[in-house]
Amino acid sequence: MNPRLRMIIPAAVFMVMAGLLYFGLNPDRQLNFVPSALVNRPLPVFTLPDLFDAQGTISSNELTGSIFLVNVWGTWCPPCHQEHPYLVEISAREPQYTWIGVNYKDDLEDARDFLDERGNPFARTIVDIDGSLGIDFGVTAAPETFIVDSSGTIRYRHVGPINNEIWAQTFKPILAQLQ
Amino acid sequence: MMKPVPFLHLLLLWLVASACSAAIDEHEFSSREDERRYNQFINEIRCPQCQNASIAGSDAPIADDLRQEVYDQMQEGRSDDEIMAFLKERYGDFISYRPPLNASTFLLWFGPAILLLLGFFVVRRLLAGMSTTDTAKSLSAEEVRKLETMIGGSEDGKQ
Repeated sequence: MNPRLRMIIPAAVFMVMAGLLYFGLNPDRQLNFVPSALVNRPLPVFTLPDLFDAQGTISSNELTGSIFLVNVWGTWCPPCHQEHPYLVEISAREPQYTWIGVNYKDDLEDARDFLDERGNPFARTIVDIDGSLGIDFGVTAAPETFIVDSSGTIRYRHVGPINNEIWAQTFKPILAQLQ
Repeated sequence: MMKPVPFLHLLLLWLVASACSAAIDEHEFSSREDERRYNQFINEIRCPQCQNASIAGSDAPIADDLRQEVYDQMQEGRSDDEIMAFLKERYGDFISYRPPLNASTFLLWFGPAILLLLGFFVVRRLLAGMSTTDTAKSLSAEEVRKLETMIGGSEDGKQ
């Protein structure tokens, strides 16, 4: 082998190792993050009960038409309690965004009481009593939040509670881009 | 006085035991074949929440929901491929323990073979290097004669 080429080998090995370590040891890497198969795919098709209207239903095609956010939550889920005041605050401060709640595998009485007592950030709340809509959304655990654009395409999936910082740094730029 | 206590214990044990078996046999199957198919299938689905477990071995609520979904779809007569496609549509290739072959999984599939080939190549180079150094270092006939005269042509003249 050309001795010049041979000299490159240790450097090349170093570069490859450095690259792999940079990727593997990156503190921002979320090991539990499951890449969503639904981003850039249409909203799942559903017709499900309305939490506040026993006879009424909410269907996917009546929601489509403008940008909205879908928040999957349940009263049984501690991080949802943590997130809730931020949702109330954000929806009051920035009413241009529509929030649709998905009450996920919950006791409906508890869910209504929760929203009555602590404020309701949602324009409408869909009841997903058995978690089937959750499966259609590829939800792994509540809370999760999705951004849906005006064509009814899911643009972003956020796993875990939202707070002001996450809202400002992650959601706002995506929403601004969609408008 | 003594009699009711053991009886109560037995009753409690029986209650506990029946509750446990109810938790394990969560589904009913019309045949052994179906049951085996179901168990095999849920062992190949990764739990999206606790990622080191299959949905068969996970207690996470989502694993429970997915088992139910798989069971329901099997009862409806859908094939394994159809159910897998359904799950991949929602949770991505991630959900399957059998990764597909594509650009991002290329290293996963061929990495070991590439490393083996590389190792083979390096070892061959090293061995070739060794034998060339050997010939380079062995003495030519001329050098042997010189050496022998230096030593003084003594003894039997063996090289």
